[in-house]
Amino acid sequence: MRIPLSWLREFAAVPAGATAEDVMAELVKVGLEEEAVHRPTDALQGPIVVGQVLSLVKEPQSNGKTINWCQVRVVPEGQEQTLTGDGIDPSGVQGIICGAHNFVEGDKVVVTLPGAVLPGDFRISARKTYGHLSAGMIASVRELGIGEDHDGILVLSRIGLDPELGTDAMELLGLYDQAAEINVTPDRSYCFSIRGVAREYAHATGTGFTDPASKVQAPAALAGGYPVKLNDDAPIYGKPGCDRFVARTVHGVDATRPTPPWMSARLRLAGIRSISLPVDISNYVMLELGQPLHFYDQDKLSGEIVVRRAVAGEKLKTLDGKDRALDAEDLLITDGSGPIGVAGVMGGAATEVSDATSTILIEAAHFEEVSIARSRRRHKLPSEASKRFERGVDWHVAHVAAQRAVDLLVELAGGTADEAGTDVGTAPAPVTVQLPAAFAAERIGIDFTEEQILTSLQDLGAVVEKTGTGYSVTAPSWRNDLETKEDLSEEIARLVGYDKIPATLPVAPPGRGLTRVQQQRRRLVQALADAGLTEVMAYPFVSKAANDTFGVAAAGAERKALKLANPISEEHGYLRTSILPGLIEVAKRNHSRGFRDLALFESGLVFLPGDTLGTASIPPLGAKPSDEVLDGLYDGVPDQPLHLAAVLTGHDSPAAPAHTPRAWDWADALDIARLAGDVLGVELVVSKGQHQAFHPGRAAQLALRSGEVVGYAGELHPKLLAAHDMPARSVALELNADALFEAAADVIVARHISSYPVATQDVALVVAAEVAADEVLAALREGAGELLEEVSLFDVYAGKGIEEGKKSLAFNLRFRADDRTLTADEASAARDSAVAAAHERFGAVQR
Amino acid sequence: MTETLPGAAVPNPLDEAAITAAVDQAVAAIAAASTLDELKAVRLAHTGEKSALSLANREIGALPKDQKAAAGKLMGASRGRVNKALADRTVELEAENDARILVEETVDVTAAPRRRRAGARHPLSTLQDRVADIFVGMGWEIAEGPEVESEWFNFDALNFKPDHPAREMQDTFFVEPPEAHLLMRTHTSPVQVRSMLEREVPIYVLCPGKVFRTDELDATHTPVFHQFEGLAIDKGLSMADLRGTLEHFARQMFGDEAQIRLRPNYFPFTEPSAELDIWHPGAKGGPRWIEWGGCGMVNPNVLRAAGIDPDVFSGFAFGMGIERTLMFRNEVGDMRDMIEGDVRFSEHFGMEI
Repeated sequence: MRIPLSWLREFAAVPAGATAEDVMAELVKVGLEEEAVHRPTDALQGPIVVGQVLSLVKEPQSNGKTINWCQVRVVPEGQEQTLTGDGIDPSGVQGIICGAHNFVEGDKVVVTLPGAVLPGDFRISARKTYGHLSAGMIASVRELGIGEDHDGILVLSRIGLDPELGTDAMELLGLYDQAAEINVTPDRSYCFSIRGVAREYAHATGTGFTDPASKVQAPAALAGGYPVKLNDDAPIYGKPGCDRFVARTVHGVDATRPTPPWMSARLRLAGIRSISLPVDISNYVMLELGQPLHFYDQDKLSGEIVVRRAVAGEKLKTLDGKDRALDAEDLLITDGSGPIGVAGVMGGAATEVSDATSTILIEAAHFEEVSIARSRRRHKLPSEASKRFERGVDWHVAHVAAQRAVDLLVELAGGTADEAGTDVGTAPAPVTVQLPAAFAAERIGIDFTEEQILTSLQDLGAVVEKTGTGYSVTAPSWRNDLETKEDLSEEIARLVGYDKIPATLPVAPPGRGLTRVQQQRRRLVQALADAGLTEVMAYPFVSKAANDTFGVAAAGAERKALKLANPISEEHGYLRTSILPGLIEVAKRNHSRGFRDLALFESGLVFLPGDTLGTASIPPLGAKPSDEVLDGLYDGVPDQPLHLAAVLTGHDSPAAPAHTPRAWDWADALDIARLAGDVLGVELVVSKGQHQAFHPGRAAQLALRSGEVVGYAGELHPKLLAAHDMPARSVALELNADALFEAAADVIVARHISSYPVATQDVALVVAAEVAADEVLAALREGAGELLEEVSLFDVYAGKGIEEGKKSLAFNLRFRADDRTLTADEASAARDSAVAAAHERFGAVQR
Repeated sequence: MTETLPGAAVPNPLDEAAITAAVDQAVAAIAAASTLDELKAVRLAHTGEKSALSLANREIGALPKDQKAAAGKLMGASRGRVNKALADRTVELEAENDARILVEETVDVTAAPRRRRAGARHPLSTLQDRVADIFVGMGWEIAEGPEVESEWFNFDALNFKPDHPAREMQDTFFVEPPEAHLLMRTHTSPVQVRSMLEREVPIYVLCPGKVFRTDELDATHTPVFHQFEGLAIDKGLSMADLRGTLEHFARQMFGDEAQIRLRPNYFPFTEPSAELDIWHPGAKGGPRWIEWGGCGMVNPNVLRAAGIDPDVFSGFAFGMGIERTLMFRNEVGDMRDMIEGDVRFSEHFGMEI
């Protein structure tokens, strides 16, 4: 909401020299947040004065254009120029070249004299052009920054002005005024008016306030006006869509009269374009009092106005020229011809006020919030009117606003008020809230005095009665947000000042610290960073193709994924089922910026919808749903496990003297995956993996001891890398971190540390090339029995001396007993038994 | 170097002048040796079997008994001098040699390679941990929840009326199909609701996490960002407790000089509600108040939705943006830097913020 200061000053004690910033600094104290300053003089500087075109000589140019060489008097006849400066003629007559042609000799115009500055830092000076010295400019509304009018020069008579020559045109056009723009929260609809903000300004500064509504002489009752019937047969939530309709008629209006500059200036500062006098008046009254109005050309109405819900199939051409299909829930204004407006949202084109209109019917109605909000959403028609109606308008101001509009139409448009008028509907019962005496103090933490409580609430406009236990508070009609004792506490605190709230530090009961999973997650992320990887955070929005590639191992299978109804881009319309697509995008972005050696990781949720998706309905607010309903809500939320993924491209380190960087390879991906398992104390069982995103021969599947597959690691598929324009041999891994957390032991049982000597044995086993080393190792471990402390693979060899299609695996076996020194024979026997197991399972032969 | 010439006369072990001359010659040669190898040659020449002194010494055996003692004494002292000179020179030359080797082994330490890759945490994740630690230190617990949420947890349970403009102002991402009432949480407040449903009062929890709004990415907006929200439910909590908690937290984050300011505001889930500003003495362009987050006393309807009796318990809640905190605390000028994953951004922070 933008508040022109001159307007605010009519109803509140704004100091004469106050700036928009000063006003915002006051309003922020009562919760109206500052947004912006609108001040024409920030971009516009004088001297800009009223001038009269004394002579105008048309001079055709070689380029086909004709320019006007004008002599313009900028001081009153018979007086001399008092302004001084380069290019200002002491005679008071300026020679000016002008390219526009919509004015004639004798017209009074706005002259920007040398030294003036126009919006866009356009500095006016005397300059030679078209063979003359042009000393100033005859201005258009566009050049003055006060309109978009392309019609050329602003001729003052056309806006109803006949000022003395030399008058300060900035004053005349209201350009010294300024507006404070504030953010109005959705609960405080009354602040979408000068009336409401002036009241708040008075609260903030402790100064006086005049209610603009009190300055209007509205008749106490209306009768005999245009017939109106309220007929809502399908109220939403049981509330009738319209509970008041005031209609007033003004005859003999001249709709073509110009809007006076003071009004258009205020509207402009308030952010509303001047359209025509009637439209401007309706907007002006809305801004001043908060009551949206609608004006009909009464001669175009036929028969009684009925406010009712639409029936299926009804259509309406709205003011914006669009044909709209109406919904049965839309609240309509209708006459004998059918719909003539969507109530509170937009009027119809057929009954619109035009230049030819002479009888205006003013509608000042009160509509129910939800009905307006739904129609506005349905028809995508946000307007100044709907904004106010859907937040709530003061029921009791409707007839006042109608009268204010009548008065302005009479005063400015030459109309005559019809004595008769219409006012139908029933006032809602006022809301009375019981406020226990100590409640506000307990909730806020300030020991409010009774005086503070009474004064604050009365200042708001509430009626307060003391009761035996506290206060009975009837909220003012414009405050539909004051419904509970908590609401009243806020008002008291707000008016006394939030800065008066003391600080006390409550002590929480002894806590448990981070949960085990929270600790595990931290450890995991830190371990990867410590291992030299860089953490990134990509968006979870991916394409369907990305999910179908990375989110499922088997090629051609479709990944069940969540689709967004309103994504930022259709291309990324799904929620990720894998972290890798985002990481690959980040890797590519880094490549494009010149970083080729990367080790990136991310931990984040992936979204894995199951068979149940959400709930068909949701329970109402303000009450705890039943356990059954709650279970339904819980179950409807899809699985979202935490995943950990990494992508490595290029080399492990930068090249340096005496250091050769190593290219990342598939084993690095596996190594990082194993590190993740290690820091959580979870053993990952590695086997050959088949995943469409990975190289078929260089990928490992990672599983828990239980057999549950928890991820993949290895080289990304060469075709996929090529398709994504990624470096060849890039490697990646992805793990279900939640599964690892769950697999971690609760308590790790200590192992006995034997201090007896070790007996080591190396064996080289020849097996078929396709046999997995890890499986041979497992066989050795099983076969070796209890004496084996550790077995590790230390070499793989194929080639000379080894039969084609076979390979030699060299293992180191470390034996030790808990209770004695092993003899060489014992160690050898255990080794032989290990080798025998490998032989039995894989035909392994010792070299 | 002085060599004993073949056939040179063997000095008489009683001829003190000749022996002294030989010793002097040896000592001079020792002193002249400039390397351990030269010294070795000198040692062989002057103390070896063929050296004048050794030969003279051997002559003692052939002397008459009464002269043996004098000759022995002379030769002993003489050979002692030579050996001492040798030993001293050896120590000297070894020390020189050691020093030279160290000099020769000198490298340019400024040209050392970085062999180990330095990893980095994302500063948002580091900051989130730090915030959590402060609250854990106060006895609070950390609560988490899903990012795709039921509409009820995100809105209705938090007292957003179905048709109220406040609901639309959240710029929500909805999940298909709309009949399923699933959305991407627009704040971490649904975790507060879950916490109230799952825990016993008193409740003191902090809920950090990712949230989503349909904003296009630009220098100050991002559709995906992070928040932390606090919730305390207990008997007799007031706005003074809220202020005290926020003040304590602000001082932990920004130092003892930190100040906060509360301004009236509106949120459906709190009443009264406040905007929280923090005084930033080091702000670019001079000290000023910076909008940090929102807070207030939990609306009784929110308590009712979780089955907590608002006549017995009261509570406060607050929420701040992690991106925003990082922006003004660490002078991150552009939101996109936090999103794009440019390694320079995280690596500049390393493990710290």
